[in-house]
Amino acid sequence: MFVTNLKGFGREQANELIRSMLLPVIAMMIFLGLWSASASQVETSLGQLPGPVAVYQQASNLLDEHFAERDKETAFYQRQEKRNAKKLAENPEAEIKIRPYTGKPTFFDQIITSLLTVFTGFVIASMIAIPIGILTGLSDGLYKAINPIVQLLKPVSPLAWLPIVTMVVSAVYVSDDPMFSKSYVTSAITVTLCCMWPTLINTAVGVSSMDKDLINVSKVLRLNWFTNIYKIVLPSSMPMIFTGLRLSLSIGWMVLIAAEMLAQNPGLGKFVWDEFQNGSSNSLGRIIVAVITIGLVGFMLDRTMLMLQRRFSWDKSAILR
Amino acid sequence: MKKEHLNISQVSMAFPTPTGSFLALDKVSLIIEEGEFVSLIGHSGCGKSTVLNVVAGLHQATEGGVVLDGKEVNEPGPDRAVVFQNHSLLPWLTAYQNVELAVKQVFGKTKSHSEMKDWIEHNLELVHMEHAMHKRPDEISGGMKQRVGIARALAMQPKVLLMDEPFGALDALTRAHMQESLMEIQNELNNTVIMITHDVDEAVLLSDRIVMMTNGPAATIGEILKVELERPRNRVQLADDTEYNRYRQRVLSFLYERQHVPVEKETPRLSVAGAEAA
Repeated sequence: MFVTNLKGFGREQANELIRSMLLPVIAMMIFLGLWSASASQVETSLGQLPGPVAVYQQASNLLDEHFAERDKETAFYQRQEKRNAKKLAENPEAEIKIRPYTGKPTFFDQIITSLLTVFTGFVIASMIAIPIGILTGLSDGLYKAINPIVQLLKPVSPLAWLPIVTMVVSAVYVSDDPMFSKSYVTSAITVTLCCMWPTLINTAVGVSSMDKDLINVSKVLRLNWFTNIYKIVLPSSMPMIFTGLRLSLSIGWMVLIAAEMLAQNPGLGKFVWDEFQNGSSNSLGRIIVAVITIGLVGFMLDRTMLMLQRRFSWDKSAILR
Repeated sequence: MKKEHLNISQVSMAFPTPTGSFLALDKVSLIIEEGEFVSLIGHSGCGKSTVLNVVAGLHQATEGGVVLDGKEVNEPGPDRAVVFQNHSLLPWLTAYQNVELAVKQVFGKTKSHSEMKDWIEHNLELVHMEHAMHKRPDEISGGMKQRVGIARALAMQPKVLLMDEPFGALDALTRAHMQESLMEIQNELNNTVIMITHDVDEAVLLSDRIVMMTNGPAATIGEILKVELERPRNRVQLADDTEYNRYRQRVLSFLYERQHVPVEKETPRLSVAGAEAA
């Protein structure tokens, strides 16, 4: 009987493994099959809609281009160094200049640019949304006052914000030697405008739905305003704040691609736009590589937030997914 | 005669409702001496918690007021520490840190760092929680959480300790154990305590006086019973004691003969206690 039990247990585990490993793989195969079959049916002005194989080729092309560009860059600096060394040998007093490499950014450079931009927009949004959310959560009056404005601005599309942000940035952000390019500032601010709302609303709800006993504890202890926020309000609404932050980041990432397309910030959005305008036979395949990349990066951003949430959550029994 | 310590004077409490104002308490008056242990007992919804909240300063009485050591109470403060029914520990802090928050708040300016540490540990030892000092609330049992809650309240060195059904959420054995601990602490520190309870045995066992409240609306004090049993009290010996049973009988007859159980607010635990008595 013991043996059969053990066998039964082994079978159950095997079943579990099949469920968690095999099912997603099967689903992925079916998806790729359907994609491949239906893509071959569609003929566009840029040639056939690329299937998985064509997209894979474009992905490796992009990788090759990246390394080729890096090699060119190193070669460029080596040439400069040589020339400078020669100059110095002839005349030790000579002035030496190192010119920066101005080759075009590769696909991977563009991913980095996109990540930096979304991060900037997201951080600004959080710095605005969490404090306002806390204040609105604490005061019923303020909540009633602000709620209509939030509800009004929340559904506005990034495409509607962008022209206004562009004009405002052009007018206000004037500098002879700007630290950031205007397209970067415009994209980041558009991200901020669109992604601050979930954090704001969730923070407000988290703060206002605090356990009444904890509020009473704070009152009995006569904690001052700041200590109350820092020791009681913030930790107790942390789970809701994180839920808001996760929603905000995924919205921000979605918004960023649109913003970069129009603002011409050299990130993934611009990559897609440029490929679209370029209209070569490879363009559609490269755009699909970008689409998959956007999806993967979005997924990774969400997982990162989840990891942070687990790290900072005091309620280890809560199931976070 | 000990001096007057806490004076609850003509306290009335009305809450605004959509259909007009609802009078929850009607002219509750009670004078409590220093070191006295007073229980408030009554059916659910009779305003026991409201009395406690007024003394704590969490509610403002509509009429009348509370005077503690010659000063009127009009806001919450650590001199009237509250032990809540649901422990209300901060779940992200350990037992030690929970007590520390209170101690820093009350003694942050008068005690040194090491004195505070000793004081926190001393209070946790008092409630027998020294072994789980650095555990968080979700890692300890309900009774242990309530112990930490009591330690936190005691560590504030309150003039009055207010307990809102402190053992109501615990099982019978744990509750008995906690009552023993509370008597032990009370014997040592001789705090002034106001405790709300549903439990007749608990009231008789722990109290110097039992304040029985009539049913709301417009609840007020129905009868006050002075419990003059020798301390230390032992629950097993008292079970057969005629004096003890006479006190118990008095409270039960007040609750079940002279006061009707409000129909919609009857609690299961009360009806069980009633069945036992009958």
